[in-house]
Amino acid sequence: MSFRATFATAVRVLNQLRRDPRTLALMLGVPVVLVFLLEQLFADNRLIFQRIGGPLLGMFPLIAMFLVTSITMLRERVSGTLERLMALPLAKLDILAGYAIAFGLVAAVQAILVSTVAFGFLGLDTKGPSWAIVLLAISNAILGMALGLFVSAFARTEFQAIQFMPALILPQILLCGLFTPRSQMAGWMRHLSDVLPFTYAYDALHRATALGVFDGRFVLDLAVTVGVTVLCLALGASTLRRRTG
Amino acid sequence: MPAAPSIVVDKLRIRRGGVVVLDEISLSVASGKVTGLLGPSGSGKTTLMRAIVGVQIVESGTITVLGEPAGTPLLRWKVGYMTQNPAVYGDLTARENLRFFARILDAEPENVEDVLETVGLTPFGDRVVNRLSGGQKARVSLATALVGNPQLLVLDEPTVGLDPVLRRDLWRTFNNLAGQGKTLLVSSHVMDEADHCHDLLLLREGTLVATGTPASVREQSGRQDLDEAFLALINEEVA
Repeated sequence: MSFRATFATAVRVLNQLRRDPRTLALMLGVPVVLVFLLEQLFADNRLIFQRIGGPLLGMFPLIAMFLVTSITMLRERVSGTLERLMALPLAKLDILAGYAIAFGLVAAVQAILVSTVAFGFLGLDTKGPSWAIVLLAISNAILGMALGLFVSAFARTEFQAIQFMPALILPQILLCGLFTPRSQMAGWMRHLSDVLPFTYAYDALHRATALGVFDGRFVLDLAVTVGVTVLCLALGASTLRRRTG
Repeated sequence: MPAAPSIVVDKLRIRRGGVVVLDEISLSVASGKVTGLLGPSGSGKTTLMRAIVGVQIVESGTITVLGEPAGTPLLRWKVGYMTQNPAVYGDLTARENLRFFARILDAEPENVEDVLETVGLTPFGDRVVNRLSGGQKARVSLATALVGNPQLLVLDEPTVGLDPVLRRDLWRTFNNLAGQGKTLLVSSHVMDEADHCHDLLLLREGTLVATGTPASVREQSGRQDLDEAFLALINEEVA
């Protein structure tokens, strides 16, 4: 792994995003609009907005990065650029780290923007500091990126890649505790949610926003999120083959 | 005394999807020359080139490139590879693509302008690749293989789909590079390009049917026209 190749990859990915202003505008604008909708929806029931608004801020980047990464990686595989990269002096980790840096930066901008709107204009309140939400959002974005990278190996077309979003992401959002506290779920659902990474990503956000406690469970949440990210990156790296048949 | 060959392939056997694509072929590519790898579509040219640059799974046999086993990390600095389908980022400009490859290869930033000039794309450097014509896109891809100033160039059909003037210019460029001591392995299924090469390798269905200079290939087949010479050699094998 080298700084040179990682940096080159990060610059290249950022350039690609810059050349696609519509995607960039959607990535940055849509979460803001959604948070506004949510606030309006619960205008008469501020408690609900307060409970789910904060965690949602930290989840948007995850979904956005999952989609962007799975599609861009698929394009690299299909267009032949990945094969070309494999004949160049760069490590698989350079590719992954380059993507992580570029998308991490976009995630940071996304999180800061939507947090500014939510905290500054929509009256969202959190117990924990707002920078903690932004940091969690960035770590979630990298989790989303790692997941997207891994699943891109199982898609042959962009249609298939897009379908992984409802298949893998939506169930996790339903079960993570955002809509119903996990303690109120049927036993099998709770057990299922125990093994889904979003559960921990959500719980960390919940603790930081609603409770403002950074206890042992928060540390566990973070450890699981980071652990799953590293695992997915390793699995994703193993799907980037130097030699193919 | 002639320099050691840049590529030595010994009893190389490659299977793709259960089918033997290259069947125990052995060959060598001389240093400082332009070697043409010719043969009909599906004869195994791309597979051989992929094996030489180290991205192809090999069943048996050895490939030595610049004295090292093919696929050795060090070789990724020294071997420029142009894939058959342009492997460039369509959403970036030609210059942005080349800057990316130059950064990876730790090449001088001036190389970007030099190779744009070489492939005749200086006026289109700031155009997004997806807005370029097919031939221009192929030339961006060629430029990415040149930008690191590699010792060995493996070019998979670099002149396909280009107009005659451009093709002539590119073959001149290839010969100039060979004059500077670079080694080039250039594939083509257009036989009349063979005369631009110093050496020829003729591949048919995964086996080598002829090697040598264009003159000696003419002699082997007893035909003056290289196109006919190849047809004669290929049919001879079939018969």
